[in-house]
Amino acid sequence: MSGTMAEQPRTAVSNPPVRALAANFGEQDLVRRSATGSLPAPQRQLTPVAKLIDVSKCIGCKACQSACIEWNDTDPAVGVNAGVYENPHDLTDQMYTLMRFTEWVNPETSNLEWLIRKDGCMHCADPGCLKACPAPGAIVQYTNGIVDFIQANCIGCGYCVKGCPFNIPRISQADHRAYKCTLCSDRVAVGQGPACAKACPTQAIVFGTKEDMKKHADGRIADLKSRGFANAGLYDPPGVGGTHVMYVLHHADKPGIYSDLPENPRISPLVETWKGMTKYVGLAVMGFAAVGSIVHGIFGRANRVAREDEENAEKLVDGRPVPPPASEERAG
Amino acid sequence: MTNSWTDIRNTDLVVVMGGNAAEAHPCGFKWVTEAKAHRGAKLIVVDPRFTRTASVADFYAPIRQGTDIAFLLGVINHCIRNDRVQWEYTKAFTNASFIVKEGFGYSDGLFTGYDEEKRDYDRTNWDYEIGEDGFARVDPTLQHPRCVWNLLKQHVAVYTPEMVQRICGTPQDKFLRVAQMISECSTPTRTMTSMYALGWTQHSHGSQNIRAMAMLQLILGNIGVRGGGMNALRGHSNIQGLTDLGLMSHLLTGYLNMPTEQEVDYATYMQSRQFRPLRPGQTSYWQNYSKFFVSLQKAMWGDAARAENDWCYDYISKLDVPSYDILRMFELMNQGRVNGYICQGFNPLMAFPDRGKCTAALSKLKFLVTMDPLETETARFWENHGEFNDVNPASIRTEVIQLPTTCFAEDEGSLTNSGRWLQWFWPAATPPGEARKDIWIMSQIFLRMRELYRKEGGAFPDPILNLSWNYHDPNEPEAEELAKEINGRALVDLTDPADPSRVLVPAGKQVVNFSQLRDDGSTMCGCWIYSGCFNEAGNNMARRGTEDPDGTGAYLNWTFAWPLNRRTLYNRASADLQGKPWDPSRKLLEWNGTQWTGYDVPDIGPTSRPDQVMPFIMNQEGSARLFSRGMMRDGPFPAHMEPFESPVPNVLNPRMRGNPVARIFQSDVPRFGNSEEFPFAATTYRLTEHFHYWTKHNKVNAALQPEFFVEISHELAAMRGITGGGWVRVWSKRGSVKAKAVVTRRIQPLNCDGGRVVHVVGIPIHWGFTGAAKKGHSANTLSPFVGDANIETPGFKAFLVNIEPTTPPGVVS
Amino acid sequence: MNIELSRRGLLKVAGAGVAATSVTAMGFGEAEAAVIAHVRPLKLVNTTETRNTCTYCSVACGVILYSRGDVRKGEHAELLHVEGDADHPTNLGTLCPKGAALRDFVRSETRLSFPKIRRPGSDRFEQVSWDVALDRIARLMKDDRDANFIARNQAGTAVNRWTTTGMLAASATTNETAWTTFKVAKTLGIAGFDNQARV
Repeated sequence: MSGTMAEQPRTAVSNPPVRALAANFGEQDLVRRSATGSLPAPQRQLTPVAKLIDVSKCIGCKACQSACIEWNDTDPAVGVNAGVYENPHDLTDQMYTLMRFTEWVNPETSNLEWLIRKDGCMHCADPGCLKACPAPGAIVQYTNGIVDFIQANCIGCGYCVKGCPFNIPRISQADHRAYKCTLCSDRVAVGQGPACAKACPTQAIVFGTKEDMKKHADGRIADLKSRGFANAGLYDPPGVGGTHVMYVLHHADKPGIYSDLPENPRISPLVETWKGMTKYVGLAVMGFAAVGSIVHGIFGRANRVAREDEENAEKLVDGRPVPPPASEERAG
Repeated sequence: MTNSWTDIRNTDLVVVMGGNAAEAHPCGFKWVTEAKAHRGAKLIVVDPRFTRTASVADFYAPIRQGTDIAFLLGVINHCIRNDRVQWEYTKAFTNASFIVKEGFGYSDGLFTGYDEEKRDYDRTNWDYEIGEDGFARVDPTLQHPRCVWNLLKQHVAVYTPEMVQRICGTPQDKFLRVAQMISECSTPTRTMTSMYALGWTQHSHGSQNIRAMAMLQLILGNIGVRGGGMNALRGHSNIQGLTDLGLMSHLLTGYLNMPTEQEVDYATYMQSRQFRPLRPGQTSYWQNYSKFFVSLQKAMWGDAARAENDWCYDYISKLDVPSYDILRMFELMNQGRVNGYICQGFNPLMAFPDRGKCTAALSKLKFLVTMDPLETETARFWENHGEFNDVNPASIRTEVIQLPTTCFAEDEGSLTNSGRWLQWFWPAATPPGEARKDIWIMSQIFLRMRELYRKEGGAFPDPILNLSWNYHDPNEPEAEELAKEINGRALVDLTDPADPSRVLVPAGKQVVNFSQLRDDGSTMCGCWIYSGCFNEAGNNMARRGTEDPDGTGAYLNWTFAWPLNRRTLYNRASADLQGKPWDPSRKLLEWNGTQWTGYDVPDIGPTSRPDQVMPFIMNQEGSARLFSRGMMRDGPFPAHMEPFESPVPNVLNPRMRGNPVARIFQSDVPRFGNSEEFPFAATTYRLTEHFHYWTKHNKVNAALQPEFFVEISHELAAMRGITGGGWVRVWSKRGSVKAKAVVTRRIQPLNCDGGRVVHVVGIPIHWGFTGAAKKGHSANTLSPFVGDANIETPGFKAFLVNIEPTTPPGVVS
Repeated sequence: MNIELSRRGLLKVAGAGVAATSVTAMGFGEAEAAVIAHVRPLKLVNTTETRNTCTYCSVACGVILYSRGDVRKGEHAELLHVEGDADHPTNLGTLCPKGAALRDFVRSETRLSFPKIRRPGSDRFEQVSWDVALDRIARLMKDDRDANFIARNQAGTAVNRWTTTGMLAASATTNETAWTTFKVAKTLGIAGFDNQARV
């Protein structure tokens, strides 16, 4: 760089801070911790937060995917075109959110509607992933509603995948740990919104307290009704205790048309059964038997290494560090 | 843009036609969703494809590509027939009342004066009757049969809803719904904004597409008002700036023109640039032309530019053709008549039509210089990449010099956005390796050539030896000193003409703005319309005030907008003949009895009376032109013209092919196909995941949209046995590509004239043989080598292809 | 640091991804007492922030570039992250899928680092010094200009036109670069001078 440069304005404080700032929530705010019976009750209740995705304002631009990759420093592979707009083709351990596209002809109007839904972790109030997880502390839930994966504690068993009613977590082939959207807990902890919400060009994604997001949704739903979408509504499914990621849908009576958004998601009864059990080996057996060939690869692997998992889990309970799993053993 | 991105929030109706704002300009499109959410605005999309913009539209209507003029004239016809016209605006602010010369006419798709041999019009009669007082004759009652309004009425009468459907393939009910929604904006309190881009420009009749919408906006009273306007979304981050600064064959800075051979000296050049007002009392601001021209010459050649030598008028080339545009240059190159070519941040092998011809042309160069932060296909046009670039390096004798440049993150300066905001930015990163700034590279080329001319002499060295180059570091001028040069300064003390003892600007100081420029050599200014950007108040382009009184979206303290920090062009037209805002809730300006006040910098003399001085101050008429006189080569009104390659004949005149005055090179004639051999209507476009040919180098964007594909309807897929995700071959008269097929309901067959079904093939442009994305064929392999009749923008949007299933491309390294 | 100031700033966060009314309710009041345990530390801490404009389309979104090192202090600086500028009136902090990934444009594997020459008939580029490249360009251009410059037309009018070497100017460079390029190209008499305005 040569010569003089013009004076540059200072950055305003509403952008992300570059100075160290204490996180405004942390371990003391946990309300749930996977495979942990004796979690101390949190001393305070944070105001629940939520991300609201207004499908009717979404232009499917994938800025959320792009911002997610950049903020989380993931590296999704360059794939192929499979005749559709979804890329990558599914959520992966490197792609925590995905735009799913559906071409739907409205039978009432005969008009084409291109329904575009941002898929990703819903941050359920009643999180099936956490309840299914056998690894102590691998999945946590804060009193503000964020469900976070702590990869250092993850044993890669894949039960969270089975436990999730939305089919969200993905197991890395490289480090055999589970990954999903964190709701950008690191950003939220310093008063910022998630990277996807910040980027979203039309602000179809907004973030704030769950109460405010519901109010915001009310306004959006009224607008949609005024434009002829009589069944516009909010998706905040009670079967999982409500979610901290919600959708405004133009056809809330038919969530299934939005790339198979579940009508009434709830945690598998199997997971509810596991929840009462304490023996990790028992969990593994039950999981394998229950899901059979559906997710055979994951559970086959988990079953084969169940003993190691159990040992690791026990070490964890003892407070000793867990070595990362050796990838050769897990490659199958 | 006449308005700004942030102004779109003020609108009641957004018409996206000839563009795809949600995909190509997502963050600007935010203001459409804002207007929808907060004003209850509606969004209409008219497009051959159901785009991502259409996915959030209130109404979508399909249209066959290249037929927008018929659609828009159909809407004008609808408005006139249903008396949906903002009459007070139209009568006062347009040339509706001007009387056109006898002898002007239109029939069988052609205006009077057509010469088939020359492929050109004699435009003598396309003008006003001039009265004995030297002014244009008008009939304010609009009764005269040859007043512009009656000619327009007559001209558009043929574009009935039935005719629109025949030409455009738009079902009548959908057309009528759009026409009705648009016509509602004829009241003074409803405004519509037009957002368009390459979907209108990249046709052989692109300029007329835009005129058709501009005319519609004028009769609705939507120009100059909040939430209105003609808003060209524009492409590259500084495409507006490069155009403003005259980096074009036929331009100088600030829309001054390069001289032609007929303009043998400065006096002759200025003779046709007197710009006498055509109506009494009108501003006709171009009367100041000489001040801007002389100040530019002083900026270029300093003391060497003097009155005695016509301000170095001869230093500027004189053109023997309208322009040496890109198509002409590549035609000449292909004829072996161009030896050297410099591509600064430009990838013509991907960006220009008829890639086969481009490769052949580049192969005939002696030398090619590229300057770019990234690899480009152009820099490696000689390299064999199997079927993705099937050339033989040994047979290509072109010497190629590839220079690495910095990119935005390592550079400093200003960029002009589509809303004409000049925004300063700062560097943040160290360039990789030996990459250098473009300013340094251009300086080095110049200084080294100047040194050679000093030592060796050579062809007309005078302009080179005399070029003003007084910089702190001549090897690399600083951005700020260049910006100051663009703004301009006084070369001697500028005194008040009314009081010579009063110094307005002392010698050496920056002028406040272009109103202080003079044509006597006492001022210099690189680009008059930018003057004011960096004056004695400092670098106004770096201002960051976010105040926005009344939520107009003007942001007068945010950076700098040309001209004079004005945010909405023609904003005086936001008020009526008494100077009252048409819509009091959306005031921009108001006449307070003695002067104009309001939220924007008035686009009129601050004390020009509202009942006397009309808003379109750059025009000699003072009013806007529904009838454009002889200013456009292809007609004073837009008229329906088919693309050169069209699936259907022109219903107005089946003998007409394409734009009757568009330039066609002889060598391209055999490279046009017909609908027997190539039955399907193709169009090319951009996708939201990518920016031109840059983001395929970015692994993130490559992951989001990895591979070249084409889009077709289920009907066409069934007809040709094509399956989604399978490989297809698409070919035109000019070349053939392989792509993945996306089979979609978003493209529907169109029913055109006489039940003719037109199938559309959509072809995104973003792939090539360098970068992180999958190697792919390129869309420009297929597109035709023909440009717009007025400005030679290539017609990428409408041509003919054929399609069939095929096998994957061969495996290459 | 002045945490009070920062917290007040956070209240203005509307458009930065957080609804304005929400921030105080998110437990920020207890920030000083918090212990970072599970939540990742913010990766932008101690980076240098720089105001810039997105290089892609002409919406011209404001961006903030976060780098390690400060070029303005003469340091080596590496770009770590890019985010929309919440203060910018047009984009209000948002970015599109291209803008949000600007970092990986800057750090692309196919960025160019050195001048190179491909000789006639060769199948490869070879790296050269800037001096070699620039002297070669000046020589080639001057020789072509001297050989083919049209000083006068048949009528004897001075036309001073050079049509055998053309130039395309870059529409993503600054106005200041454009002015420099304009000066050089028009002074040399390059007639075939154009930019992306047409395509």
